[in-house]
Amino acid sequence: MRHDHLISAKQLSRADIDTVLDRAADIARSPPDVNQYADTILGLLFFEPSTRTKMSFDSAMKRLGGTTVDMGTVESSSVKKGESLADTVRVIEGYADALVLRHPSEGAAKMASEFVDVPIINAGDGAGQHPTQTLLDLYTIRENVGFDDLSIGIMGDLKYGRTVHSLSHALTNVDARQHFISPESLRLPRSVRYDLHEIGANVREHTGLDDVLSTLDVLYVTRIQRERFPDENEYRQVAGQYRITAELLADANDDLIVMHPLPRVDEIAPDVDETEHAQYFQQAHNGIPVRMALLDLMLGGETQ
Amino acid sequence: MSENDRELRVSKIRNGTVIDHVPGGQALKVLAILGIDGSGGEAVSIGMNVPSEKLGRKDIVKVESHELSQNEVDVISLIAPEASINIIRDFDVVEKSRVIRPDLVTEVIACPNRNCITTRNEPVDSEFDVLEDGVRCVYCDTIVREDLTDHIATD
Repeated sequence: MRHDHLISAKQLSRADIDTVLDRAADIARSPPDVNQYADTILGLLFFEPSTRTKMSFDSAMKRLGGTTVDMGTVESSSVKKGESLADTVRVIEGYADALVLRHPSEGAAKMASEFVDVPIINAGDGAGQHPTQTLLDLYTIRENVGFDDLSIGIMGDLKYGRTVHSLSHALTNVDARQHFISPESLRLPRSVRYDLHEIGANVREHTGLDDVLSTLDVLYVTRIQRERFPDENEYRQVAGQYRITAELLADANDDLIVMHPLPRVDEIAPDVDETEHAQYFQQAHNGIPVRMALLDLMLGGETQ
Repeated sequence: MSENDRELRVSKIRNGTVIDHVPGGQALKVLAILGIDGSGGEAVSIGMNVPSEKLGRKDIVKVESHELSQNEVDVISLIAPEASINIIRDFDVVEKSRVIRPDLVTEVIACPNRNCITTRNEPVDSEFDVLEDGVRCVYCDTIVREDLTDHIATD
């Protein structure tokens, strides 16, 4: 896999996905030699708060033997003084060998990639894309249930959920049956439905989980974001319908795995944590080998 | 109705552009694309819903002293794919061409997604891929189908 930048899951072919996931599996089994990246510096530019993605990139680079430089918070950076993103990345590319960018605006990573020569990795651009989350999601799916004859339910805020947008596209590479479950107001955006239709993906949309739960291998839950609703009561009404409990999962396949990009609020009840279905914490942990593999492949190394 | 009658409905111009074979009812949108609202003082003639063998009904727009840029032609092609562009100099047609739908239009459409990076204070022009039935922002993927002319970027 050789991409100068990783902006969107749409860039990823089946071969790319297999390459990253195979490398991640190798790394998970056998930690690589840490000397190769001793002089490598990864720039972390997070214009939005992030815990998991930022820390896992930081950890992944350090576990490869490299180091990171961190822009810090927007409040403490020159962004606060009104510097453009284009200028920021042009400056920071002189400090680092690759840049990880999270930004609240859709298209930010693509634009940034047009101003720098070092690789840009999109770590989330508004409601757009989050391709590295998708890679660790795919890794988790492959490790648990495999890609053959895969049936996945993707539930919650599908309209603004960037992890969903990336994942749904990537899943077309493995011919998964995709069931999208959401309130009418939070359906997949037009652009994602357009892409899935163009590809001829096997997708169906639902407003409730009951019809499909028993057919699923994976239930991917996302947070319904309170801030998207102008009316608190409307949010409560909708959010309450999309709560996964251990009792509800009694009707599911024994092998069903429940995933979530985290953080969760109350869409997955704590009693699910104790079941064999829960995979969301392992899913988060998988971010390390997957991001190590990605950095290794993008930075051109062949760690042993 | 004779050919002369038809001609009289839309008077000849000395210099400028005639945009013919615009779908009936779309002439005002063409003017919107060109940023013409009358306040600039240009002489403009419009024929709307003129009988047409090819389109059934067509609009004709004649703009005095204005030759279209390629960007303007590109955007007109999105709402009037059958349009022809005639450049007039001294009452003669000196250039006649059909619009061709481009694969990409730049700078002429403002992305309606308020969260798109192209709407921020960044040194980036808007770019839209042209789809069969609309356009799509290259940066944020937003698809615009309806009311395309509402999003024409104005200076």
